[in-house]
Amino acid sequence: MSNVLPAGTSAPDFTLAATPDQKFSLRDLRGQPVILAFYPADWSPVCGDQMALYNEILPEFQRFGAKLMGLSVDGVWCHRAFADARHLHFPLLSDFEPKGAVSRSYGAYRATDGTSERALFVIDKTGTIAWSYCSAIDVNPGADGILDALDALPK
Amino acid sequence: MAELRVAVTSKDHMQGPEDAPVTLVEYGDYQCPYCGQAYPIVKRIQKHFGKTLRFVFRNFPLREAHAHAESAAETAEFAGAHGKFWEMHDLLFENQEQLGGPLYLELAKKLGLDPAALKQSLADGQYRNRVDSDFAGGTRSGVNGTPTFFINGERHDGPFDYETLSHAIQGVTAQ
Repeated sequence: MSNVLPAGTSAPDFTLAATPDQKFSLRDLRGQPVILAFYPADWSPVCGDQMALYNEILPEFQRFGAKLMGLSVDGVWCHRAFADARHLHFPLLSDFEPKGAVSRSYGAYRATDGTSERALFVIDKTGTIAWSYCSAIDVNPGADGILDALDALPK
Repeated sequence: MAELRVAVTSKDHMQGPEDAPVTLVEYGDYQCPYCGQAYPIVKRIQKHFGKTLRFVFRNFPLREAHAHAESAAETAEFAGAHGKFWEMHDLLFENQEQLGGPLYLELAKKLGLDPAALKQSLADGQYRNRVDSDFAGGTRSGVNGTPTFFINGERHDGPFDYETLSHAIQGVTAQ
């Protein structure tokens, strides 16, 4: 497992595409908490799927005014098909070219598999990492850690 | 290890003695096929452990994935408010393939509940808050899919086949 950037580190900025015609820059989200959920790949099995779970929990995240973004090395068309199939209501960012560059900058890249780790970051409104966690690749880390981290942010 | 953050209270739906040495809590979704698989397993577990086990069911409807999960949960809560929670809970799982308005009304009738009142309750979202509060509690306790079980407050992370689950419960009883 790689060493993900720890709490207190300034979150590396990035601009990534979520769809063929939509890009997100981290710096544009200053002023609100951001949840970055790095995950290995689209299309893992349904009921226990981490992204599907976060999709269900979105209202809980929104209570904190937090913006959730998923992130993997899959391409935008793959993300679009996956998001459509699962009715996901949050953006999936494509760390596709150069492959895994953003994942690497967060210490969340698995070079052996060529995918992102299953890693979570809660970034505060000033752009500093408030909490990070790297899960075993085959374990859905759930949302309790994220919710606790959002709870602990200064109001 | 994830722990149950919301303690079991008299407001929960429970079966078995209040002072049972083991409490098994399930967070479930009536439309989830895995919860459907777990349903007869839990029955077997309850039979096996008898008075030493208390079983609690809490709602964790995956609303985006399962179109009928929320309405089924609210239907069970409606029945619960009229003293028929477990009867409805069982019937919903036993008819998991047919979830939807017509089934709910039919089941209400079967249990001697007023179908018109159920219809109104679903339209008004009368039990929405109750279901929401179960769900929110689950997210804080590390429920990361359905079904998720807690044995005496500790999340059971292994598979939920009869052998594994009964072994885990046995382990707690032996402590």
